[in-house]
Amino acid sequence: MTAIVVTHLGKAFRQYPTRLSRLAEWLIPFSKPRHLKKWVLQDLNFTVNAGEAVGIVGINGAGKSTLLKMITGTTVPTTGSVSVTGKVAALLELGMGFHPDFTGRENAVMAGQLQGYSAEEMSRLMPSIQEFAEIGDYIDQPVRVYSSGMQMRLAFSVATAHRPDILIVDEALSVGDTYFQHKSFERIRAYNKLGTTLLIVSHDKGAVQGICDRAILLNGGKLAMQGEPEAVMDFYNGMLTDQSDETVRQTVSDDGKVQTISGTGEASLVEATLRNAAGERVEMVSVGQPLQIHARIAVNADLPELVFGYQIKDRLGQPVFGTNTFLMHQMLENVRTGETVDYVLHFPANIGEGSYSISFSLHNQDSHLGANYEWRDRVIIFNVVNTDKDRFVGMAWLPTVVECRR
Amino acid sequence: MQMIKALWGHRSFIFGSVKREFQSKYSNSLLGAAWTFIRPLTMIVVYTVVFSQIMRAKLSGVDTPFAYSIYLCSGILTWSFFSEIVGRAETIFIENANLIKKVSFPRLCLPVILIANASVNFAIIFGLFTVFMIVTGSFPGFVYLAIFPVLAIQILFSAGLGITVGVLNVFFRDIGQLFAVALQLWFWVTPVVYPINILPSFFQELVKFNPMTNLIGAYQGILVNGQWPDWYSLWPVTLLSVLLCWWGAHLFRKHVGEMVDEL
Repeated sequence: MTAIVVTHLGKAFRQYPTRLSRLAEWLIPFSKPRHLKKWVLQDLNFTVNAGEAVGIVGINGAGKSTLLKMITGTTVPTTGSVSVTGKVAALLELGMGFHPDFTGRENAVMAGQLQGYSAEEMSRLMPSIQEFAEIGDYIDQPVRVYSSGMQMRLAFSVATAHRPDILIVDEALSVGDTYFQHKSFERIRAYNKLGTTLLIVSHDKGAVQGICDRAILLNGGKLAMQGEPEAVMDFYNGMLTDQSDETVRQTVSDDGKVQTISGTGEASLVEATLRNAAGERVEMVSVGQPLQIHARIAVNADLPELVFGYQIKDRLGQPVFGTNTFLMHQMLENVRTGETVDYVLHFPANIGEGSYSISFSLHNQDSHLGANYEWRDRVIIFNVVNTDKDRFVGMAWLPTVVECRR
Repeated sequence: MQMIKALWGHRSFIFGSVKREFQSKYSNSLLGAAWTFIRPLTMIVVYTVVFSQIMRAKLSGVDTPFAYSIYLCSGILTWSFFSEIVGRAETIFIENANLIKKVSFPRLCLPVILIANASVNFAIIFGLFTVFMIVTGSFPGFVYLAIFPVLAIQILFSAGLGITVGVLNVFFRDIGQLFAVALQLWFWVTPVVYPINILPSFFQELVKFNPMTNLIGAYQGILVNGQWPDWYSLWPVTLLSVLLCWWGAHLFRKHVGEMVDEL
């Protein structure tokens, strides 16, 4: 069962060179088109199955919102088609087109009626909407006095008052506070379990990886990649550096996961290994064990600055810890072509049980968003087990001493 | 046909919006719905007092003290009904840009809501005016019913013109400005405040090409003289209305998609 089928979808906005050219185009019969087409989306093809959760990522202006607008039917496609099966609820940008002078309650009823519900049905749903939005007395105040977070709370509560077949959320949730984000994601997850198809635009890596079964990356109005959320997010992260002469490549490693390498290549990681205190290579690590990373870097061009960074990520790709030599005041200056740099990083494995990966970066200054020489994801995979500590939960190992008096 | 089906599916939105707009107009005022009556009542009283009592204005051929004020009211009330629909339809898509860009719904709901709203307002004002006529003993009797078919033609004409101008205004904002000016001029080339027979005969013939002349003239004939309208004279405006509606619908269908991008 497919919920959304997108075929050869394209969208172009018309641009007229002068104000008069549109008039000429309208009035003169059989005249040639006098506008330029500015394509924001071109030849998009993908399907979303019923019950699937799909994240859409991409930089600003990649065409994400335009795509969602075409799926909801707000904007019509220039080429191709979108077919949608089932009842759609959409939260596009802020507020669902609330009218500033009407009260929250009136707007909620109006938004419901726009979705085709009757006034009686909306007044029946009102208590549950109010309860979920938790905006108190503001429900009877005009929407113009609402904060953007409150508008979002109300909009989300109205849009999800009924479980839709397809729920489309465009970045809207990022406005809410942490409490409401948790609450709304909980509802989104619950609906997804019950069979609602999800389409989520987000820049929040955690949200995409935590909820979605699949991610779609848009770049310059084209579908750049789709697949496993983690792989797509890594690729996106590599792309973010946006250097014209750099490449992003991905290879599938032995465990079936995708490794992403991006960068301009002025410096590269030759080898990196995880070792125990005795210098022996390890893949199984016990909680709290002292560890070393041995890394060798080849310099392929004269560089004024070289920073080496590493990041430990958990199974879902969430960063657990990361730092670099710039932040530790050990940046190298004036490294020469052909040089080799060896690093040994010492740290204790103060992390909870689970599978982790280590990514490395080579860049200048304090982040890889400046000049990115190389960014390598998932170079080392290791597992942490609890062999000698008391049982505990969570991602971090915080040795705790109990003092108790009675 | 599909348009009508989509509208029917959103009937609760349409009814809700009409109700909301009506309520919101008075929700922040102390007197509330009383304002609905106070404004038209003042107008009727002013016309009656000023023109028939103070200025002693008389219509030739009708010899009651209220004739001129009834003449004025029957023209002005129906004209403002017309200009309310057309004037607001002109900006309806631009004003609702926020809604149009964010929510997917049949856009035709907007003009329908507008017409319904204007009709409610008109019904209240005209109802009051009718009461005034009954009280002053100037009610024309059975012929009053002829008002309704004429009103129907007028609504059709306003809707066709309004939608056409509304769609065009999204793409060519000059239309809105131009039309606002044109509407003012239009009022004065229509015999609303003056009787048509005070014009030189050349202008009388010219003014008859104005589609509003025959409509307004029909109301005045019914209410002042108790005459049945000359149905044949209403044929051209009916035809024009149908044509405008067709053209408006055509423009709307063709450009509704592009409209969202332009707002």
